[in-house]
Amino acid sequence: MSMILEVKDLYATVEGKEILKGLNLTLKAGEVHAIMGPNGAGKSTLGNIIAGRDGYEVTSGEVLFKGKNILELDTEERACEGVFLAFQYPVEIPGVNNTYFLRAALNAQRKYRGEPPMDAATFLRLVRKKLKVLDLKDDLLKRAVNAGFSGGEKKRNEIFQMAVLEPTLAILDETDSGLDIDALRAVANGVNALRGADRAMLVITHYQRLLDHIVPDVVHVLADGRIARSGGPELALILEEKGYAWLQENDSVAVENS
Amino acid sequence: MSSEASQFDQLVAAKYKHGFVTDIETEGLPPGLDESTVRAISAFKEEPEWLLEWRLQAYQHWLTLTPPNWAKLDILPIDFQAISYYAAPKQDKDRPQSLDEVDPKLLETYEKLGVPLHERARLAGVAVDAVFDSVSVGTTFKKELAEVGVIFCSFSEAVKDHPQLVRQYLGSVVPVSDNYFACLNSAVFSDGSFCFIPKGVRCPMELSTYFRINAAETGQFERTLIIAEEGSHVSYLEGCTAPMRDENQLHAAVVELVALKDAFIKYSTVQNWYPGDENGVGGIYNFVTKRADCREDGAKVSWTQVETGSALTWKYPSCVLRGDNTTGEFYSVALTNNYQQADTGTKMIHLGKNTRSKIITKGISAGHGQNTYRGLVHVGKNAADARNYTQCDSMLIGKTCGAHTFPYIEVKNPTAKVEHEATTSKIGEDQLFYCLQRGISEEDAVSMIVDGFCKEVFRELPMEFAVEAKALLEISLEGAVG
Repeated sequence: MSMILEVKDLYATVEGKEILKGLNLTLKAGEVHAIMGPNGAGKSTLGNIIAGRDGYEVTSGEVLFKGKNILELDTEERACEGVFLAFQYPVEIPGVNNTYFLRAALNAQRKYRGEPPMDAATFLRLVRKKLKVLDLKDDLLKRAVNAGFSGGEKKRNEIFQMAVLEPTLAILDETDSGLDIDALRAVANGVNALRGADRAMLVITHYQRLLDHIVPDVVHVLADGRIARSGGPELALILEEKGYAWLQENDSVAVENS
Repeated sequence: MSSEASQFDQLVAAKYKHGFVTDIETEGLPPGLDESTVRAISAFKEEPEWLLEWRLQAYQHWLTLTPPNWAKLDILPIDFQAISYYAAPKQDKDRPQSLDEVDPKLLETYEKLGVPLHERARLAGVAVDAVFDSVSVGTTFKKELAEVGVIFCSFSEAVKDHPQLVRQYLGSVVPVSDNYFACLNSAVFSDGSFCFIPKGVRCPMELSTYFRINAAETGQFERTLIIAEEGSHVSYLEGCTAPMRDENQLHAAVVELVALKDAFIKYSTVQNWYPGDENGVGGIYNFVTKRADCREDGAKVSWTQVETGSALTWKYPSCVLRGDNTTGEFYSVALTNNYQQADTGTKMIHLGKNTRSKIITKGISAGHGQNTYRGLVHVGKNAADARNYTQCDSMLIGKTCGAHTFPYIEVKNPTAKVEHEATTSKIGEDQLFYCLQRGISEEDAVSMIVDGFCKEVFRELPMEFAVEAKALLEISLEGAVG
């Protein structure tokens, strides 16, 4: 299995405050890892740094994506290389048609890879196919990007975009937050449909309930800027039962992530 | 990703592609303004006595006025004596009888601007009147329009050929004494377009005027008059450009629209006067009075404007909803980049019963641009059941620009319903990051977001203009984000 993501001894600050303090993480193709942890532990920071959001400063350490130092690339180049971030708070872009937006994104990525742009008809066929897989309604295509969407619709739209763009690494940043149980199930089905041998996923979440539906290969607990513990899916259940406070009592037994 | 404090800080001047100067012989008046200037303009145009009198009366009144200072604009004092009030391409004593006789250099200029006047290459289905400095240089499709009774010609020709119509309607919407710049225009206006749509006629094509300031130290003072008789229908477009010059040039136009019973006038503007350079040097001072009179029952007027040019814009296209069941609409996109300033909006004056108005404005500020919406919704005491809906949206790009909203609402009839909504948004780093994260480049992302923001207005524009307007916004925003 080839390496998708290697985060090595990563230190990072936001507005001068140190958030990540020596974080190590490795994802191989085909794997789904979950990152759990208390508020303020640095879960979203990790996703944002990998994706290249402004305002985060890496003070030391490395992030390799398919063996390449990704920190040297611009945000849009990382996206074109195959990094996808499903936003915790998907952004509204009024007046910009969802289909138009997605086609612009896909064609920008194709251009980066030296492929010709996809024509409108082919694109529409692709999009309809993905909608079917994700069990989404057609009218999603006609609306403006996230404008006036409900919380659940926004999250589903993220997964839909992911399905069309077919990234190598998908980071899902609290995709379960604010979802009712039906929406949660729909999102999870969408994610599961995209699991594949060439793709790795990093699922950032607060709660174990998402992991009932998206069963991870590895669960990490992120606390105070580093991976405090790693284990199988059962780790999430223990956390659910005992809370994060349990970690501090046992923090000497952090398991290296496999 | 760069760790710069903000990607919005770098501002580069937008490239103004209409900034060339046409090397053509002009004749005209030396700079300066007094009564003899007014007489000379009138003489140049061989005007009848009544029109000279009208101009002189305006001039005398103008002398008693002071420039308005209520707008949120930082205006350098204007030296009215330093401006030439009349410039015209030199031509043979006999005016050209057809476009074939027009100086080829002029035709070339309009070709460069993308407004082909020549019979062979005209825009399909759009009749064009081209105004170069102070005079109209040619109107296309005249014959075809005449067949249905539509008059579309330069203002000067209208004075000669249709004096009774001009006399009846000139100044009937914007009176001579209306305001400082309208009053000045009434004294020294040079040319412009005239349209008359007779009763029951649906104008078979779009009418369009293209204004071009070429000569240095010259002001442009055009006058447009459109009259739509009972049950008629017309769509009129106006575009404007100017060369790049270091000094500020003055443009003070007056547009009057008269809509009679059940008539409909749609008036669209794409204003792209030279905006000045990235340091705010040069550019057009644009002081325009545009007003429509929905004079009789059931009339409707719709203004759409895309204002991307000018160093300074002072413009409030308005509707007087005089007749019962009349409708006024105003759709506007105003963009200020670099050091451009715009104070623009509309006035909807509800006088008749059951009158309707709708105002949708989109202000975009980038660089050090200052963008102000100023609007008045007035409901008179007899205007029972008047309705207004106003939506003012502002978008800020970067941290050094400003957006301001001054809505005035005066309601004197208790049955009126007036709604006002306003939003201000930033092209947030959030929106930008979202697009970038999907692989879209920053430049494409900004134009996509801005285009989406303006959509409600763009869809009111005729097809050709919508494409132009979109392209114009992209050019005007070039380099607005680093």
